[in-house]
Amino acid sequence: MRFYEYESKRLFGKHGVPLPTGSKVAHTPQEASAIAAEIAGPVVLKSQVLTGGRMKAGGVLFSDNPAAAAAAAKKILALTINGHTPRGVLVEARAPIAQEYYVGVTWDGVARLPVMICSDMGGIDIEEVAETHPQHIAKRNFSTLLPFSDFMAKELIASLNISGSDLNRLAQITAGLARIFITYGLTLAEINPLAKLADGRFVCLDGHVDMEDDARDSQKAILKELGIDPEEKRQARPPTDFEIKGVAVDAGDHRGVAGNVVEFDGDLGLVIGAGGGSLTLFDAIRKHGGRPANYCEIGGNPSVTKTCELTKLILSKPGVKKIAVMMNVVSNTRVDIVARGVIKGVIESGHKPSEKIAIFRIPGSWETEGFKILKHYGVEYCDRTVSMYEAAGRAVAKMRVG
Amino acid sequence: MALFIAVEVSPAVANDAELVKKLVEVCPVNIFAAGTGGGVQIVEKNLDECTLCELCLDVGAPGSVRVKRLYGDKEVLERRA
Ligand code: SF4
Repeated sequence: MRFYEYESKRLFGKHGVPLPTGSKVAHTPQEASAIAAEIAGPVVLKSQVLTGGRMKAGGVLFSDNPAAAAAAAKKILALTINGHTPRGVLVEARAPIAQEYYVGVTWDGVARLPVMICSDMGGIDIEEVAETHPQHIAKRNFSTLLPFSDFMAKELIASLNISGSDLNRLAQITAGLARIFITYGLTLAEINPLAKLADGRFVCLDGHVDMEDDARDSQKAILKELGIDPEEKRQARPPTDFEIKGVAVDAGDHRGVAGNVVEFDGDLGLVIGAGGGSLTLFDAIRKHGGRPANYCEIGGNPSVTKTCELTKLILSKPGVKKIAVMMNVVSNTRVDIVARGVIKGVIESGHKPSEKIAIFRIPGSWETEGFKILKHYGVEYCDRTVSMYEAAGRAVAKMRVG
Repeated sequence: MALFIAVEVSPAVANDAELVKKLVEVCPVNIFAAGTGGGVQIVEKNLDECTLCELCLDVGAPGSVRVKRLYGDKEVLERRA
């Protein structure tokens, strides 16, 4: 779950990360003007949306006095960015910047540990820095079980040849960020840019926080403190019509799950499932060079009707050439029922199952029955002796031959 | 139209209101419904949901309810005598 910038900053501020003077949210031009008057100097006003590209879209404006701040807030509050209407306008003091840094903590999927990242080239995309200036990035993993020591952050920052009071201040902020990351079950805690001001102080100019969805229950207290409704859904973008239809398919029949539909711009429709298996399959498709048109889970023994409707939805998306139906080994979902639903959906969409289904790999309950059906309709299928990775490869190869 | 399953009920069961009631009761996916006049009605739109559970086969005398697969070897499910 993503936090708005103002929420991220409140969380950071609560743990000693220095913030710009003011740093309050206005919901009306009058409120913005009052905050600017309190700051009594130049201010920056930032649209509070859960999407990037604010600056380009005109969602970040500067002003020198309260009247100009009110006018800027009026503009920002009326501005929709990537389909998001702003929650408010963050008003902060604007101070001269001497240098911009990046500090962040996230999960390292390969090491299976959190990773602290620091760069003396803040203000731009950290991936870009990693590609173009790898020598300006320092990273280190740390354990979630052992006590976190400030010295780890110090070592990391010193490896970028930062010394003296800058080192001490940066280490303190980075170590604080690592503790926030662990304490609140986050998947990302990032400050970019972390600015060194002309007077030597450091302040967090922009911050991002993503909380693990599963942590929402255990983190009710802090969510309440930040004013985040525990039921509030946070998404990086509003759901598309296609995704809304996916939710409707799931809601239309209580039997099983056929949902969590996320749309992409590829050409291979994915009917995939089995918890982590679906993510593995998605990654495997990408690894083989395939272009998923969607991510769409199926499981929990959905009915034929539900599977059929989901298949029809996936095939209705412009640009989808074929679908791949894949799961890990399943015991709670009947293979024959899924096979029936998918085939029915393909036929009702006016296609031949043998042509539209790139691969069917669902080994498990009632698979012999399922394989009979698939064979009857000439659909390529495989059993558990073919790995998920290999099955994904076959699907992608099929896309290439047309 | 059903693509995968067909169900046949012998007239002796299809017109016996008591047995029809039992068919409606046992089928987990509502393939049977009581028609007006107490006879059985096959709910066409639910046929493909048949779970092949065989519960309907025990209603009435052996062979009076037959569940047919319309794919593969077109194997038929029925209670043997
Ligand atoms: S086999 Fe089971 S699901 Fe199929 S018609 Fe008979 S009772 Fe219904």
